[in-house]
Amino acid sequence: MSAAALAQVPVVAPDDHHARLRGVTRIFGPRNGTGVHALGPVDLDLRRGEFFSVVGPSGCGKSTLLDVLAGLSFPTAGTAEFEGKPITGVPAGVGVVFQEDASFPWLSVEDNVAFGLRRSGVDGAEIARRVDYALGFMGLKAFAKAYPAQLSGGMRQRVCIARTLVMQPRLILLDEPFGALDQQTRLLMGDELLRLWRETSATVLLITHALDEAAMLSDRVGVMSARPGLFIDVLDTGWPRDRDSRIVSHPRFGELTAHLWEKLRAESLKHLRGS
Amino acid sequence: MALASLFTASTYAMWLRLAVIAGAVGALELACRIGWVPMTIVLPPSVMAASLVELLASGAYSRDILVSFSNVALAALLAVGLGFLIGAILHALPAVRSAVEPLLASYYAVPTFMFYPVFIILFGVGSGAIIAIAVLLAIVAMITATLNGVDRIPPVLSKTARIFRMGPVERALKISLPAALPYLFTGVKLSVAYAFIGVIASEFILSGAGIGYAIAYAYNNFNNRSMYGLMLLIVLAVTLINTGLDMIDRRLQARLRR
Amino acid sequence: MMRHILGPVLVILCGLLAWEVLHLLVANSSLPSPLATFVEMGVLLRDPDFWKQAAQTAQAFAVAVVLSTVGGIALGVLLGMKRLAGQVAEPILVNLYSLPKVTLYPVVLLIFGLGISARIAFGIMHGLIPLTLFTMNAILQLKPVYRRSAAVMGLTSWQTALRVVLPAILPQVITGARLGVSLCLLGVLIGEMFAARNGLGYMVTHAMERGDMPTVLAVALIIAAVALAANGLLLALDRSRQP
Repeated sequence: MSAAALAQVPVVAPDDHHARLRGVTRIFGPRNGTGVHALGPVDLDLRRGEFFSVVGPSGCGKSTLLDVLAGLSFPTAGTAEFEGKPITGVPAGVGVVFQEDASFPWLSVEDNVAFGLRRSGVDGAEIARRVDYALGFMGLKAFAKAYPAQLSGGMRQRVCIARTLVMQPRLILLDEPFGALDQQTRLLMGDELLRLWRETSATVLLITHALDEAAMLSDRVGVMSARPGLFIDVLDTGWPRDRDSRIVSHPRFGELTAHLWEKLRAESLKHLRGS
Repeated sequence: MALASLFTASTYAMWLRLAVIAGAVGALELACRIGWVPMTIVLPPSVMAASLVELLASGAYSRDILVSFSNVALAALLAVGLGFLIGAILHALPAVRSAVEPLLASYYAVPTFMFYPVFIILFGVGSGAIIAIAVLLAIVAMITATLNGVDRIPPVLSKTARIFRMGPVERALKISLPAALPYLFTGVKLSVAYAFIGVIASEFILSGAGIGYAIAYAYNNFNNRSMYGLMLLIVLAVTLINTGLDMIDRRLQARLRR
Repeated sequence: MMRHILGPVLVILCGLLAWEVLHLLVANSSLPSPLATFVEMGVLLRDPDFWKQAAQTAQAFAVAVVLSTVGGIALGVLLGMKRLAGQVAEPILVNLYSLPKVTLYPVVLLIFGLGISARIAFGIMHGLIPLTLFTMNAILQLKPVYRRSAAVMGLTSWQTALRVVLPAILPQVITGARLGVSLCLLGVLIGEMFAARNGLGYMVTHAMERGDMPTVLAVALIIAAVALAANGLLLALDRSRQP
């Protein structure tokens, strides 16, 4: 109700969009008004090769937004498309990293990373090359033969990122991938994510509740309102492409974070008070 | 490092356990030898072992041993296979499952064994009835373990399967089965134990062959030496099988994250 | 609530139907029909001899349950207090649990003779181990933060045991008791089926030797009903403690 009072910002870029949402709405349960209106209507264009973050209070439908882009759930109303084609299932060329540890405990690290390639018919030499590269890139070489249960939470999340990376996705969706990690590990993982993004030139959508993470990593940050989730602000960070976690000492970082918190504070309070 | 210390702690416990068992066996031997326990009631462990060696060497019980072990193997195989199948079907049909589950929860409260006579009518005195009662005893453990295992597959793994755009068969084989395996194996372990209990107990109460029958026969004929030799055989066989299954179980459980 | 009961009732009706079909299929129908069995149950329940045998079983069962419950919990607490003792004992107990204990019954008979005490001992052999295992594991798995909180709140060790440890382990102890009670009954009945002159187990073997299948089934079903009722009671107790 009060969300309607806020000016809703359409996040559109008519020129070069990689993925596009138009009027996407998601209502859980019955549609006769008693269901839970989780999201939207949301308009969003992701530019090809950009790093876009979404921040918002808990339960604002951030993950629902990601699920729609990943083809894991379908909007109650509105359209979603990826590379010009409507999303009817999980599209080829999309990789997802979840917050929960999704490494396969029954496979060694290298088998985990090679899992997707082995079933997509890539030849053995190419698999070995790509897995070797991904393990090196994520700093997992020494643990290639280890099993996930022997690794820390951060290492397991690297395994999941490497498993997504080897598939060479053109759009990478990250659903609070560092949510379960400690602050130092988060910052370092953020650096690796930036490095990955630069080298693969993929489009990245990051869902996060950490404002500093969004401010440091993104080209653009979309701020969502409390349920039903709507974009209430979009921020251009203006960071150069070859940035890393050292920008946290830049005065602009503080300004960006403060601005995001200003926008989010009222929305988070709504969630806290359970309205 | 924490792992290494745990390992040494558990090896220490293992040695201590062996020492406790050796001590108990030694104490029994001593008690028998100095006459605290009359030889007419319990034989010293050394005599039991000697008897076991004799009866294995003589081949007098070879047929009974073969019958018992093949019945246990067959019953365990049937219970695991059918139990897994029924568990998987129940999981796919939530309405049926919610009707059956309260009954499964109290299943082991019923002394199933009392229905052994019914199986004798249906299958006759012989391996058929024995295998049937053993399967009946073992299968529910496997059904329950299968339901539990499939329930415990983390939702994120099912999501991951969808991201990899897997079909239902590939998903079942490459994700669901390996993810549920540690829980399924708990069911296998229990099924083997219950199959053992079902087969040996049936032979003991009413049958014409098998180790259980041989023990009852030896008891009724006051042949304590053979009786204790055969009992030792059962205890050793169960311990060996349990230890083996436990080692596999431990390896599987270690892969589950904590 | 109705739906809750409807499902299981339907399944039981299906079972009865299958039984009737089996009765019609089995040659010369040595398998009595459900109806004949229920009639026989009615006859048995009015027969003073049945109640005499039932009293024998009940007596052995009651003593075995009390002794194995008290003993199992005490042993479980003792082993649970010392982590090393628990580690040493657990595999031994698990192995004893999966042993076909019936093979050891002759030893029990040799020690206790043919009277009721052998059946009690055999019942305890079955019921003691699950209770010990469940109690021991409940204490070993107790979250350390509980004891630390108790210490911070200044509880004495006696208060800690009574107000913190006991309520925390109770659900698992009740689960163990559920299993223990069922196995106790099984132990007593198997004891009666082999080498006894009274009790319901004996009644079953005796009826079987006479080829009196209605009595076999009727007794087995009555026992099953009593066992299910006892189990249901413990299950309800278990659930009432959980929110």
